[in-house]
Amino acid sequence: MAFLHVTDREGARHEIEGADGWRVMELLRDSGLGVEGICGGACDCASCHVIVAPEWAEKLPAAREDELLKLDELPAIEETSRLSCQILWSEALDGLALTIAEIA
Amino acid sequence: MDAAVTASSTANRYDVAIIGAGPTGLFAVFELGLLGLKAVVVDVLDKPGGQCAELYPEKPIYDIPSWPIITGQELTDKLLEQIAPFGAAFRLGQLVTGFARKPDGRFSLTLSEGERIEAGAVFIAAGAGSFAPRKPKVEGLEAFEGKSVFYAVRNRAALAGQDLLVVGGGDSALDWAIDLVGTAKSVTLMHRSDRFRAAPASVAKMRSLEAEGRLRFVEGDLHALTGENGDLSAVTIKSKNGFESLAATRLLAFFGLSIELGPIGDWGLDLADGKQIRVDTEKFQTTTEGVFAIGDINYYPGKLKLILSGFHEAALASHAAFKIVRPEEKLRFQYTTSSSELQSRLQVSGASKAA
Repeated sequence: MAFLHVTDREGARHEIEGADGWRVMELLRDSGLGVEGICGGACDCASCHVIVAPEWAEKLPAAREDELLKLDELPAIEETSRLSCQILWSEALDGLALTIAEIA
Repeated sequence: MDAAVTASSTANRYDVAIIGAGPTGLFAVFELGLLGLKAVVVDVLDKPGGQCAELYPEKPIYDIPSWPIITGQELTDKLLEQIAPFGAAFRLGQLVTGFARKPDGRFSLTLSEGERIEAGAVFIAAGAGSFAPRKPKVEGLEAFEGKSVFYAVRNRAALAGQDLLVVGGGDSALDWAIDLVGTAKSVTLMHRSDRFRAAPASVAKMRSLEAEGRLRFVEGDLHALTGENGDLSAVTIKSKNGFESLAATRLLAFFGLSIELGPIGDWGLDLADGKQIRVDTEKFQTTTEGVFAIGDINYYPGKLKLILSGFHEAALASHAAFKIVRPEEKLRFQYTTSSSELQSRLQVSGASKAA
């Protein structure tokens, strides 16, 4: 089994079981951690904004242009900000650590 | 009573007020219209379509029954065409800020521009809530909002002679930065990167104004605002080169829209998870009689946030609302294929001669 390590907006840590082929947004949404995924994963609402742990940033597939443009629209982002609807879960991501960003 | 007085006293009275002009709200106009009920639709966006029009107008949707593929905008356009015969009233670009039940049992809604509308029943079809501009993450922002920091341009003239800073990389930011060159004393456009989510022609125009020295473009993030009593004098920006102070007396921030539940959360309705309105599955009525919640905004066991669920909920809520709005009348259940009454409301001449 592979797990995702999540820090929520209150700073509490959670271990969430991954599911192959799921978007990370969907894993977070269904765990009740306050990630809404309003647009359903269309890279349009940015409600699934997360900050990936620096050591993981390079290991993830790079963000595509539409994700970068959407991140640029937000008032505040970090070096390793991502939209979690654009990250597909696989066993290879076991141990991925991220923090759910404040609602913009 | 003279005609003018009669007109003004009935002008804002409707059978049903629908909050939200997304697909569910629009289809509710149709279902109400078939029953002969008049609707008014209020939406905070300046165009109908809700998320379909604002978030993903160009993206294909594949799970609308009978439409193997349709974009958010096409779906909106088709719904507007379908509801056209019913002549619903629209109040766009407005939020419902006040909600009260009158002694006669009807509802009075106050809109953000001050207008009051009255209805016998209310359909809340507000999706994930109301769209609102995202705000800069800087300290002390509130003091400047509405005085020297704005999220839309309502009064161009008020920007004359100002040192204007426009922030953002989308069409709104670029269009206004370009438009206000010549009006403002100086125009600076700031964006986090040199990637723009805007029409290429706008980017080219901005670059040419920059080359002419009539507009300055800087890459960076807002870090702090400086000023007194809400009067902005300068901003601190954070860029690759570190921190820099920039003279600015007006700031226009375009960070797109976020969605929040908004005033609906204060109407005493039973909320599930603080975000969705609990309804029954017979009428999709809330815990307040006469107030229904349909589409993504509602919650009931088994709820699926799908557009098609919203359509179904709109039909059942409309029938339930009819009984509230027209208590003295019998609801006759009819089909559009065969009912001449429905066909006349739809302004079509039916194929059926029998009716």
